[in-house]
Amino acid sequence: MPTVTEILETMDYGPAPEATTEVRAWLAARVRFGHFINGDFTAPGQTFATTNPATGEPLAKVSQGTPADVAAAVAAARKAQPKWAALSGHERATWLYAIARHIQKRERFLSVLEVLDNGKPIREARDIDLPLVIRHFYHHAGWAEILADEFPGAAPQGVCGQIIPWNFPLLMLAWKIAPALAAGNTVVLKPAEYTPLTALAFAEICAEIGLPKGVVNIVTGDGDTGAALVTAPVDKIAFTGSTEVGRVIRRATAGTGKSLTLELGGKSPFIVFADADLDAAVEGVVDAIWFNQGQVCCAGSRLLVAEAVVADFTARLTARLGKLRVGDPLDKCTDIGAIVHPVQLARIRDLVARGEAAGARLVQAEAQLPAKGCFFAPGFLTGAQPANPAMVEEIFGPVATLTTFRTPDEAVELANNTRYGLSASIWSENITLATDIAAKVKAGVVWINCTNVFDAGAGFGGMRESGFGREGGREGIAAYLRAPSPKPLAEAAPAPLDAAPMPGTPAGEGIDRTAKLYIGGAQKRPDGGYSYAVAHRGRELGLAPLGNRKDIRNAVEAAHKAAAWGKATGHNRAQVLYYIAENLSARQAEFEARLKEAGHDKAEVAATIRRAFWYAAQADKFDGAVHATKSRHVTLAMHEPWGVMGIACPNAAPLLGFASLVLPAIATGNRVVAIPAPSMPLAATDLYQVFDTSDLPGGVVNIVTGDRDDLARTLAQHDDVAALWSCGPDPAMIEAESAGNLKATWVLPNRDWHGPQGQGRDFLAHAVQVKNIWIPYGE
Amino acid sequence: MPNTPAFTTATPATQMGTAPAPHNPGVPLATDWFDRIAINTPAAERRAETLTTRRSLKKEWQAAWLVNAIRCMDLTTLAGDDTEARVERLCAKARNPLADHILEGLGLGAMQTGAVCVYPTMVAAAVRALEGSGIPVASVATGFPAGLMPLDLRLAEIHYAVDQGAQEIDIVITRAHVLRADWAALYDEIAAMRAACGPAHMKAILATGDLKTLRNVYKASMVAMQAGADFIKTSTGKEGVNATLPVSLTMVRALRDYGARTGLRVGFKPAGGMKTAKDALAWQILMKEELGTDWLRPGLFRLGASSMLADIERQLEHHVTGRYASSSRHAIA
Repeated sequence: MPTVTEILETMDYGPAPEATTEVRAWLAARVRFGHFINGDFTAPGQTFATTNPATGEPLAKVSQGTPADVAAAVAAARKAQPKWAALSGHERATWLYAIARHIQKRERFLSVLEVLDNGKPIREARDIDLPLVIRHFYHHAGWAEILADEFPGAAPQGVCGQIIPWNFPLLMLAWKIAPALAAGNTVVLKPAEYTPLTALAFAEICAEIGLPKGVVNIVTGDGDTGAALVTAPVDKIAFTGSTEVGRVIRRATAGTGKSLTLELGGKSPFIVFADADLDAAVEGVVDAIWFNQGQVCCAGSRLLVAEAVVADFTARLTARLGKLRVGDPLDKCTDIGAIVHPVQLARIRDLVARGEAAGARLVQAEAQLPAKGCFFAPGFLTGAQPANPAMVEEIFGPVATLTTFRTPDEAVELANNTRYGLSASIWSENITLATDIAAKVKAGVVWINCTNVFDAGAGFGGMRESGFGREGGREGIAAYLRAPSPKPLAEAAPAPLDAAPMPGTPAGEGIDRTAKLYIGGAQKRPDGGYSYAVAHRGRELGLAPLGNRKDIRNAVEAAHKAAAWGKATGHNRAQVLYYIAENLSARQAEFEARLKEAGHDKAEVAATIRRAFWYAAQADKFDGAVHATKSRHVTLAMHEPWGVMGIACPNAAPLLGFASLVLPAIATGNRVVAIPAPSMPLAATDLYQVFDTSDLPGGVVNIVTGDRDDLARTLAQHDDVAALWSCGPDPAMIEAESAGNLKATWVLPNRDWHGPQGQGRDFLAHAVQVKNIWIPYGE
Repeated sequence: MPNTPAFTTATPATQMGTAPAPHNPGVPLATDWFDRIAINTPAAERRAETLTTRRSLKKEWQAAWLVNAIRCMDLTTLAGDDTEARVERLCAKARNPLADHILEGLGLGAMQTGAVCVYPTMVAAAVRALEGSGIPVASVATGFPAGLMPLDLRLAEIHYAVDQGAQEIDIVITRAHVLRADWAALYDEIAAMRAACGPAHMKAILATGDLKTLRNVYKASMVAMQAGADFIKTSTGKEGVNATLPVSLTMVRALRDYGARTGLRVGFKPAGGMKTAKDALAWQILMKEELGTDWLRPGLFRLGASSMLADIERQLEHHVTGRYASSSRHAIA
């Protein structure tokens, strides 16, 4: 050890190691772990080692969960669920409160254990992970208490299968378990194979407080165990992890009726405008990509910097990079710890090398890396063009790309030039500009002049291929609840559509009426040039176009061009919906006759008029919230339309079913491509004249008639459709085909569309995604 | 002393202390260096909060850094009831800030504080009491603490203090010039004070508690440096809020930016409100992280403090003996 005199020369920091005695004693007393099922630990099965990535030392052996283990855990959760759900909210709140208290009392123990298993710096585990974990359980104790008041009529999903990643092991556990339990669900959670230990310690805490058996079950293992959980008889799967695995899970659960939320990858923009506090933005980079070794799904990994300040910013960033300390995660002076596993380290190296090979230049800290263990010196890549793999793929390591933009428009264009949409960070002292950009970026979470700020009271989750669903806040607890289910009404499969002429089925009297596709506000002939006869009881009512995939393509393009609808005020949209109701009312008798002629209930018309009024009323009222999160922050939970939605309409109520789905979608600002009832599409195509006379901008509603299953499949496969509602087509097909761009799907059973189940806030909630915008304030 | 060499790390540690950095000659007023400066207060606060949680000092390192704080300390008395005898007592502590057994336990020879800081009428007494020690006497001047006196009287006060033997002058600025964004007036005033200081080093007290916003702090810092301040200093100790880490962060970033533009090195002195050994470590961590080790030497860094030394001495006694210490066993300042 150097002397005081020597240190006075160097003014070095010296080692400041966190003690591990208590945690090592705990590990030594256990050595091999079983699963935590039905309130007890099972005997260890076939085990694998979990290691300390900073040293490579094995820490413990954990069991590889088999399908039988998963089945036992799910059975225990299933058995426990009714009783857990039957507890009063207050009783569940006391359990969650007890969990929070016990974690708080073991805060340092869990921090140290997390560091050993994961490699993150002790400062982060101690100051960020654990406080957020504790806050999450307290917050959700509150939700349990007031659940019945805040979500009247809602029921828990049931048994939730939860699969979490290795980057924030205990925090992700908290994000999953706290809301599930608060809402009355029981859980089977699989921690990541690299980092199972804090979940097992959490299981011991559950046992310690005497949590009812089976409410929390922990099964350890690798991806095979996770796959077994996904296919097990659970009611909901909540997954946080890679987009690749998320897609597999989407396909595996397709058509099973399991609720699904996915928190996936990201390649989030970090936008620095010329008027930003550049030192603050540089520090933001430290908290973004140089946080948790860059192993953060919402890390600001694409630095987009105004050309006007890029030289200054880069100089400051490079200087700051030189101050980062890389090394022993247990040292209290360490900024960058160990990469979680050699596999990840190899992946980071590979992606950075590919980025360099594609023309980027790596600026890297000249850090002395420890001789052993998984370490990667932090840095950033300059000169990466949009197609560079380092710009496109999630590196999941402490390396960002740095590129420039010229104007705010270009910043948005670059920011959104990605398949992901998890978060964005915006740096500008101009609040007008910053909020404008916040509205324009595709991201579930937007941080203005800050980054990686979290709170249990605000929703977190992505758009696009970053997944769907939110964790935290009102929107997060809602994802663990089921709205009262409508009584399903069986719908007969539509008869096959026939493009051949139907002699002997005389059409109606008068001048022949032509139904066309309605695309971009214009009546269009179908691309294929075919039509099919719409008939009732052997009588031809008219011909409807037989739309094909190219018509869907054109409709989606038209819908994208109508983007202004999403920016219109709620009042403007309401005016259009009222006008639709007014013009439909003027033609009520004609529409009623048409329905009657087709054998449908003429009351659909009056109901549609009322429904248009109801959604017009909601258009400027279904607004977001301001979450109570941290002091001196406003956290705005904005309702944002999906953008372009596909809607496959029920066959049973050709007018009202169409209206019940299309109206809430457009009331909230979406543009839709709707496939009307195949057996009676004329009820919908008749409407386009109403739309035309009601000032509905072209492209907001597009109607493509034809084979509903084929057209819905094309919509599901379309990468530029953000969400798909489907009533009728095979749910398995819809959900599996939607995995391509991980579009949000809502598969609705047919129902009595006249009743309350045909209308309501649930429809509106499915028509929007929540964007949480964080704005710290102070001069 | 324009040719005084910059501090080098080759100087024996315990003798380092008083050699000041070369004077900052200043530059013409350039408002474009700061008039569009962006300082985001929540971000500055966040950085300030995490500075001390990102770094930790233990054992010998902690002891060394506390000793360094003493080397960089302007041991201060600025009270209405100051007498020559009280100043003599303070000077005695400045000469021997740590008890012998602590020095011995730390393996250190004699050491002393960076300076002693007093009112102008106490300078002569301080100079006498510090004779032969090499410890410079710093005097506040220019109508400390409010500075609301005619400029000629304020300049005369500087001349008086220098004549009495002060080697460092801690001036206060006219806050009104900052609040009214009258940068030319502020520049001219400080430049005149700089000239009046002659060979003495000048520390410009910005009274940041009165300036309120971090943008004001940055702008005032930059004008003071352009006008030739050798140090920029946070506070008189008499404002409602004195040295804080976010304000200090803003000031050291300003002096870093000034250095980047001019190649000139300016020192930083937080003052007021820092009472604990923990504070001493926090501000040193700020200096090392934002500027580098050169700003941990008394030539470029001073801590303006009165009661902090007692806490440091107790912590160092604990380091040496392993027992928690009582101030009653240590000589008071």
